Amino acid sequence: MENSAPTEGKDPSVFLSEIIGAPVIVKLNSGVVYKGELQSVDGYMNIALEKAEEFVNGKLRRNYGDAFVRGNNGRSILFSPV
Amino acid sequence: MADNEDTGGPSVSEPLDLVRLSLDEMVFVKLRGDRELKGRLHAYDSHCNLVLGDVEETIYVVEEDDNEEETVRTIKKQEEMLFVRGDSVVLISPQA
Repeated sequence: MENSAPTEGKDPSVFLSEIIGAPVIVKLNSGVVYKGELQSVDGYMNIALEKAEEFVNGKLRRNYGDAFVRGNNGRSILFSPV
Repeated sequence: MADNEDTGGPSVSEPLDLVRLSLDEMVFVKLRGDRELKGRLHAYDSHCNLVLGDVEETIYVVEEDDNEEETVRTIKKQEEMLFVRGDSVVLISPQA
């Protein structure tokens, strides 16, 4: 991440705490994608999402009011450009 | 950051708080290997080891017939009490 100007040697967890409440896309290794509002993240990269949508093969599969995603499952969090 | 206090309500400050709030409530659990559980959450720990009661387990099996067409078959099981090892947990969601 070498995008934003006013950051000076911030670590990734600072970035994560800054995007709390923002709409995010979470991709699991399995290919399943979750879109929702980022409620919280911890050191294991456990993630709590609000109003989460689950996409399997690009198709909406399910909706969750709240969802806890376990921090292994090796995946990425994308900051959604909404 | 400074404005990070109590985002999203005072009770959910870390992800596992969401699980804590679901104690003794019905939860939906997605597991590795296309398995899903619905049951009452009796206990959990930081590894996501879970104890669930009155559980309905759904297993999705993809079968390929002679024409190489894939069909998804679901198997449902009922369990009175279930211990789930945390490493198979993918997602936990409170059931409305």
